[in-house]
Amino acid sequence: MSGLVQQAAGIGTEAPALSPASAALAAADARHRWFVLGARVVVGIAFLLLWHVASGNWIDTLLISSPEAVAGRLWRWLIDGTLWFHLSITLLATVLGFAIGSAVGFSTGLLFGRFNTLADIFDPYISALYSIPKIALAPLFIIWFGIGIESKVAVSAAIVFLVIFLNTYAGVREVNPLYINTTRIMGGGQWAVLRHVIVPSAAAWVITGLKVSVPYALVGTVIGEFMSANRGIGFLIAQATGLFNTTSVYAGIVVLAVVGAVINTGLKHFESWVLRWRP
Amino acid sequence: MSISARGVRKLYVTRRRETLALDRVDLDIATGEFVAFVGPSGCGKSTLMNMVAGILAPSEGTILHDGRPVTGINQRVGYMTQADAVLPWRTARENVELPLRLRGVGRAARAAKAAETLAAVGLTGFDNAFPAELSGGMRKRVALAQLLAYGPGTLLLDEPFGALDAQLKLVMQELLLRIWEKAGQTVIFVTHDLGEAVTLAQRVVVFSARPGRIKLIEPIALPRTGRDPFRTRFAPEFERAYSRLWEALAPEIAREEEVVA
Ligand SMILES: Nc1ncnc2c1ncn2[C@@H]1O[C@H](COP(=O)(O)OP(=O)(O)OP(=O)(O)O)[C@@H](O)[C@H]1O
Ligand SMILES: [Mg+2]
Repeated sequence: MSGLVQQAAGIGTEAPALSPASAALAAADARHRWFVLGARVVVGIAFLLLWHVASGNWIDTLLISSPEAVAGRLWRWLIDGTLWFHLSITLLATVLGFAIGSAVGFSTGLLFGRFNTLADIFDPYISALYSIPKIALAPLFIIWFGIGIESKVAVSAAIVFLVIFLNTYAGVREVNPLYINTTRIMGGGQWAVLRHVIVPSAAAWVITGLKVSVPYALVGTVIGEFMSANRGIGFLIAQATGLFNTTSVYAGIVVLAVVGAVINTGLKHFESWVLRWRP
Repeated sequence: MSISARGVRKLYVTRRRETLALDRVDLDIATGEFVAFVGPSGCGKSTLMNMVAGILAPSEGTILHDGRPVTGINQRVGYMTQADAVLPWRTARENVELPLRLRGVGRAARAAKAAETLAAVGLTGFDNAFPAELSGGMRKRVALAQLLAYGPGTLLLDEPFGALDAQLKLVMQELLLRIWEKAGQTVIFVTHDLGEAVTLAQRVVVFSARPGRIKLIEPIALPRTGRDPFRTRFAPEFERAYSRLWEALAPEIAREEEVVA
């Protein structure tokens, strides 16, 4: 029903998009996008070529392997199931850590943002917590949770928690009190204010936090896997390092890079959808 | 719904200064009455509105709404604040629908009501625009459409038409008058435009320069209903009221300038 209304109204507002001026603007925009895309591909190919030429000619293959060897290794991993065997566990730990850390961080951030006294009391402890390198917690978590997936989830969750907590808190403190007051006057209770004012207003901060913490979540998991594990991309890299198998090390790194990029791209789309109201 | 101020005083205390915004304000507004506030900038008009809405508490005295003291957020008023309060993350339509949604009005009824009131304020076709894509005057009209959509019994309008051009302003005044004649809300209307105050209100309250006190309450002798914003200005009653108000207001504005200088 409201979809229909939306469509009907959309005709009214979007009609000017067909005017010559905005068509020209769109065309210029598209040209620019294609140029950037083309340049990116060129840069990527140049890098691979350089790597290929350097390998064995300027630098020992043992140190930098070669692009074709890495590609071959990735292909083999893909078809013999090694890739999925290790990647699935790394992904699971990352996603779980990310989900738990951001859920807990978001709710405590909201809570602290709404109750200033709480924030005042905990302020020095939070600063202290923030300044320790979170990676230093990894050995501790391995002692607590063992070498299974739990310790990796804990490392990522701890890192993500802090980032999301601080960003949510900052976002809630920035909410314009005028919006809260007018929403309450028009009949909104605490819950409605939270849902229609505080959360959307803090969304920009929260999403920035999410974007920042994706690589952290991945790093947390992989560090945990480096230290002690028997499965996972981090384990794969650590094992290959022990055997001076640089080809596998690079292949593992490529996998991590791709995973990070894919998650970040997803978040970027999510961000532009949530913050579509921004000019 | 009646509104009364009894011995209201408001002192703002900040670290840097104390400001006495309002002092000894006594005022009774009857149910269904249309009252305009005029006064020099900074005399406490918005402060008084905020106290009626329950956003601020008076330092002394009380505000009564239907005989009951206002002690917290007052959900029986609809308040169009001086600063933009439409939520930037909701489209025009979603903003208009919000109070209806908070009252549990169904989707279809909400959409219909929003379309109707947005059309009434001349915003057809902008339903799906976000506030950032609208002009200041358009955002004001979204806020007005929102009030009209959910229809509170008391309207607090703080310079609602200040950002509109002269012609659109007349159109909006006409719209407001017709709606008020039909629904009979209690209206407090803050404006810097004396002509607008006389055109719309049954009584105009003139505030002195800060600290704001009530200097004059002028009943407007124009008929209660059927006023035409395009023509009332040519009525002799309009002229008489206008000059009496101006006599009261002019020295206050001069005083305000002295304070600034
Ligand atoms: N939150 C506040 N803290 C301190 N002083 C304030 C605050 N709000 C308003 N004031 C002061 O109170 C006085 C009255 O302000 P108010 O906004 O009510 O004036 P106004 O009559 O609405 O003016 P205008 O016509 O310009 O909107 C001003 O001198 C202002 O400086
Ligand atoms: Mg004001």
